[in-house]
Amino acid sequence: MFRISTRQAAMLPAYRRGLASLLSTTTTPSISPPTEQIGSAENSVTDMNLFTAINDAMSIAMRTDDSTIVFGEDVSFGGVFRCTQNLKQDFGPDRVFNTPLSENGIAGFAIGYASMGGTAIGEIQFADYIFPAMDQIVNEMAKFRYRSGNQWNCGGVTLRAACGAVGHGGHYHSQSPEAYLAHTTGLVVVMPRGPKAAKGLLLSSIRSPDPVIFLEPKALYRAAVEEVPVGDYELPLGQAEVMREGSDVTVVGWGGQLRVLENACILAKKQYGIEAELIDLQTILPWDVATVEESVNKTGKLIVSHEAPVTSGFGAEVVATLQERCFLSLEAPIQRVCGYDTPFPLVFEKYYIPDEFKNVEAMRFVCDYAQ
Amino acid sequence: MRAYTQMIRLRTMDTILQDAQRQGRISFYMTCRGEEAIHFGAATALTLEDTIFAQYREAGALMWRGFSLLQFADQCFSNESDLGRGRQMPVHYGSRALNYQTISSPLGTQLPQAVGAAYRSKLQKKESVSIAFFGEGCASTVDFHSACNFAATLKVPVIFFCRNNGYAISTPATEQYAGDGIISRCRGYGMAGIRVDGNDMLAVSAAVHAAKAYAIENSAPVMIEAMTYRQGHHSTSDDSLRYRSEEEVRGHANHGDPLQRMTSFLNAYGMLDENRRTQLEDAEKLSVIKAMEAAEKKPPPHHRELFQDVYKNLPTHLEEQEEKLRDHISLYEGKY
Repeated sequence: MFRISTRQAAMLPAYRRGLASLLSTTTTPSISPPTEQIGSAENSVTDMNLFTAINDAMSIAMRTDDSTIVFGEDVSFGGVFRCTQNLKQDFGPDRVFNTPLSENGIAGFAIGYASMGGTAIGEIQFADYIFPAMDQIVNEMAKFRYRSGNQWNCGGVTLRAACGAVGHGGHYHSQSPEAYLAHTTGLVVVMPRGPKAAKGLLLSSIRSPDPVIFLEPKALYRAAVEEVPVGDYELPLGQAEVMREGSDVTVVGWGGQLRVLENACILAKKQYGIEAELIDLQTILPWDVATVEESVNKTGKLIVSHEAPVTSGFGAEVVATLQERCFLSLEAPIQRVCGYDTPFPLVFEKYYIPDEFKNVEAMRFVCDYAQ
Repeated sequence: MRAYTQMIRLRTMDTILQDAQRQGRISFYMTCRGEEAIHFGAATALTLEDTIFAQYREAGALMWRGFSLLQFADQCFSNESDLGRGRQMPVHYGSRALNYQTISSPLGTQLPQAVGAAYRSKLQKKESVSIAFFGEGCASTVDFHSACNFAATLKVPVIFFCRNNGYAISTPATEQYAGDGIISRCRGYGMAGIRVDGNDMLAVSAAVHAAKAYAIENSAPVMIEAMTYRQGHHSTSDDSLRYRSEEEVRGHANHGDPLQRMTSFLNAYGMLDENRRTQLEDAEKLSVIKAMEAAEKKPPPHHRELFQDVYKNLPTHLEEQEEKLRDHISLYEGKY
């Protein structure tokens, strides 16, 4: 569960305040999901928001691997979202530096550095601006090892980008481009749902032998605060996490959408007595089919929800795979609750996003259908 | 003399492998005819520590480092010995052992990568550079611009080597840029640059030698623009006589051809004569044919290699796909 302070709740747009007050007054947290902690050096935890957790992960990575460099636009002074604060002071300007304004340059530079054995953490300021880098990402990064016959690789690359709705981002500060990236075999695509997951997943991503695109839900940078272990820990890539157990319907999402889905699960229970099982994919590519398959075989119903537009969104991949594997277990058509097929709108954001009410209705629909 | 011998070797390999494509024995080929002085001039001025990021018309640099005729042929025939495992088209060579990054078809992508690699060298305090080769057409790409800007602002020891050979497929240089070649852009990036006669192997070598020293001493990029001429077609998919005259090509072949110039030079200094040259040519022809025939006999890599190296370790979904293919093949054995 996320905790939001009253002050932070007051800063959110109106439609989220209602949601925020729900979060802050909830007394019974949902079932704590089991999380693996590998190599945890210390047992203590501290409150961290998302940018602090990400900052901490990068700091640990830089301390434990001195080939690690962090670069991108504006990272030197701390970054527009503060993710890189203090890194230059701690590790020096050779290892933490601004690049000129060029996403293809950032991606290409990262690949080259990693190809010579270094660990390169490049920052793309907004995922909306990842597109100039797509040639490097798709044609180079994803194919680097394969095309060389495993002589060369750029596994040391991690490209971080801020994604997702933020309340006022409009077309170019709100996009979630995971679908474009998921279609690129050879990449690993990760999206954490909060600070604790982010730190562990980012450390795994940085240390992964494959190139990773790490998408960070920007709405959570300040707003999401959790108890995060202070030590060095990793969370496994390619593994989904069951956040909440239930037997009526499986609900799948990733990133910032999990907050919405958690609320939807709570509402569905309250309004309709529905016990939903909530799954966070965590890694979009390669994704953990087995965990979702096991759940859908149990519940017989599936909802997939993401902010990105519904047509050819990553939800389509989940739906196609699950109908193929769980056809006889399914008791209702699989539902996608996603953004509409429009550019991400500004003033219409509250209508556009797949909020908890739309998800509750989808859950009710499939449960009714199955009866 | 070793460089001269290899220039002959490269010219011979190009001629024979291009013919092999015309005979349907390999699927595709690209020659380097006319640009051999660039390859060997540059390669002789560098060491194995200097990482090469080539475009696709720099086979001589790889040859100089020790890539054998058989290795070239293995890649072109996509056989089980190909270091790239038959995954890419012919001439997409790569060798980790020889510090020559694997060629990819997209133009320009190698340029910012070379900058990143050189940055690594810089942090490791190595006395080495990265060198990125590209044509004048490639210099129009966005990656060229980003690479130059990054290299200059981040102060990176990289050599940007432009082979201005007059054509980007059918597009002549006059339709590629309006300024004074590629080197004139250096000033705009705050970068040092030099233009050199690309058909003079010794001049190219001197330029690269100087560039490397400058780059390391100043931790700064250097651009070299080598003026040359693409005597051959762009590739075996191209018939260049559709956009240029035979006289034009013959003119360059007869006046200023790098191999001819080297021959004259060596003759003038008494290091070569007609007999010796013929001997060398005959020997190289035999070597190339031998390598080609050996490569042609080898089978392709096993189809399980279709699924490997996409990631470091084989993921579940690829294991499942591989199993599906295996089952399918056993049902339809004869068709594959």
